[in-house]
Amino acid sequence: MKAGSNLEKAFAQGHFAVTSELGPPKGNDVGVVQRKVDFLRGCVDAVNVTDNQTAIVRMSSIATSALVVQMGMEPVMQMVTRDRNRIAMQSDLFGATALGIRNIVCLTGDHHTFGNQVNSKNVHDLDSVQLINMVKTMRDEKMLLGGEEKIEGDINMFIGGAANPFGDPFEFRALRTAKKAAAGVDFIQTQCIYDMERFKEWMKMIRDLGVHEKVHIMAGITPLKSAGMARYMAKNVSGITIPQAIIDRMAKAAKGAEEGIKICVEQIQEVREIEGVHGVHIMAIEWEQMIGRIVEQAGLLPRPQLE
Amino acid sequence: MSNFEPRIVAFCCEQSGVPAAEMAKSLKLEMPSDLEFVPVPCSGRIETLQLMKALESGADGVVVFACHEENCRYLQGNRRLKGRVGYAKRLIAGIGWEKERLDVFNLATNDGVKFAELLREKAEQLRPLGPSPGK
Amino acid sequence: MIKAEQKSIEKLLEYLAPYGKIMLAGCGACVTVCQAGGEKDVALLASALRMARQKTGQPLEILEVTPARQCEPEFALELADPIGKVEAVLSVSCGVGVQTLARHFPATMIFPGVNTKFLGETVAHGVWEERCQACGDCLLEKTAGICPIARCAKQLLNGPCGGSSQGKCEIKQETDCAWQLIYDRSKSLGRLHRLTEMIPAKRWGVQSRDSGPRRIVREDLKV
Repeated sequence: MKAGSNLEKAFAQGHFAVTSELGPPKGNDVGVVQRKVDFLRGCVDAVNVTDNQTAIVRMSSIATSALVVQMGMEPVMQMVTRDRNRIAMQSDLFGATALGIRNIVCLTGDHHTFGNQVNSKNVHDLDSVQLINMVKTMRDEKMLLGGEEKIEGDINMFIGGAANPFGDPFEFRALRTAKKAAAGVDFIQTQCIYDMERFKEWMKMIRDLGVHEKVHIMAGITPLKSAGMARYMAKNVSGITIPQAIIDRMAKAAKGAEEGIKICVEQIQEVREIEGVHGVHIMAIEWEQMIGRIVEQAGLLPRPQLE
Repeated sequence: MSNFEPRIVAFCCEQSGVPAAEMAKSLKLEMPSDLEFVPVPCSGRIETLQLMKALESGADGVVVFACHEENCRYLQGNRRLKGRVGYAKRLIAGIGWEKERLDVFNLATNDGVKFAELLREKAEQLRPLGPSPGK
Repeated sequence: MIKAEQKSIEKLLEYLAPYGKIMLAGCGACVTVCQAGGEKDVALLASALRMARQKTGQPLEILEVTPARQCEPEFALELADPIGKVEAVLSVSCGVGVQTLARHFPATMIFPGVNTKFLGETVAHGVWEERCQACGDCLLEKTAGICPIARCAKQLLNGPCGGSSQGKCEIKQETDCAWQLIYDRSKSLGRLHRLTEMIPAKRWGVQSRDSGPRRIVREDLKV
């Protein structure tokens, strides 16, 4: 066991793991966190806590993750390299592990010009690959970046990263995930999937590289609420392609949200059949109350109680 | 102000403006009284600075007569001129001078009537503005 | 070369409001190439400034001077004599020139007439693009001659990020994704295997620009 987290145990014991996402409040209202944790309790093995997603200022991922631990659920702390240099990140890793946080997802982060602090200075001291490697070095060699300082204590983190099977250049995407595997990543969560064919193509490339044997791949799934949402995402969110067939299904449905949940459940069932996929990462942004239903209908309840 | 006759400097491309001017003269068409013609082999020969200097040294209005966009004998000359006039117009706006004081017109060799008309209209436009701030 | 853009004429007039006689100093090097501060640009700007002040009834006398470069003592000192005759200087050279003049002429206010933007390439007539950020530790050999520090908005050394789509950056549609370019060129050079090796964290300290203002000394050249 690298960190002994619930998520790590779920994978180790051969379960099809389930994670979801929790967006911290745009302030310090702990009630928001409590509400979301309560929706997700019992439905997931761990929950991602986002880090100033889309560069909009929210309660820090480390603080929110610590609250999640206190509330009795396991967080997956997201850390972006956009806002912090290596001093701050290593310092936060000391703190996070001291606060009982045992999973991390290492990301570069959305560019700050997307958010509400467009005049800030971009940090990007490291990129996601280098961050993964840094956390691994802290954990396995007990060294700070630069190799000069020994760390007091154990920095036991289960290390995650992201992958986008739908970005360009397509031929390079699986190679980049392999790069993250070589850097020390333990699990990967993908961008949300609508184009199942492309995802399967990417998984084949992953298997050909042998990455699925080193790393647990979790398929990213986002339920659609309406045809409008589908069209908006297809047009505005880079890295997401939505096949016309899905948009049509959403448009024809009497109740968009119901159809969206239905499609989501079908997708989960489909990815379970793909060799190398060891879990799902369900991102229901501001729709966390649906996670329980989705997980139940997909036949993934009850979540295992792991020792 | 009613006695004010605007002084107009007209840069004329020898491939379009000059022949049009000659036609206007031979037809004895009415044109503003205070005109200075500056012939150039191609409107692209005009430097932005020359447009500004004309205004700086007291012209109430500066116009350029250039060939139609696809008709430049020297291929891109009139396009370059268009960019320069655009730049000069922005400078003029930035310093608070009236934008009517600089203009560019495209015409062909036989546009004598249009030539005279455009100049008369420009004088009309400039009269109420009064003398240039450069005087 | 260094690429710069003139500040707005309104801003320049604001700087020059208290003065009646100034020097407008251009530069024959970088700012000439990007048409912001060369001899022609100086003449044009001077004309506009004078015209602006004609309108407000406070004439401005402008001494127009364009030395070959402003960033070297030899050329800066050419201005020593005329500078004594003016109240202030508006320099349309890059930030280096402005500071060189400021250092050599401590008694005269030197105003910056341009915003120094970046080190760049002339892509087409009238189009300049950022190519280098003078990080001080060039890694172009690793990235097939395309710089991710200057051309990737996130300065990734192991890109692309998830936002690269159809060869374009998600931040600005017209911007090429630097990592797509690096990938394409690595492929055509037969060096794709290099991209599977992780480029380690950049040393931003002494090797790069985050250790304070930098200096190069060639002892062999000092007399």
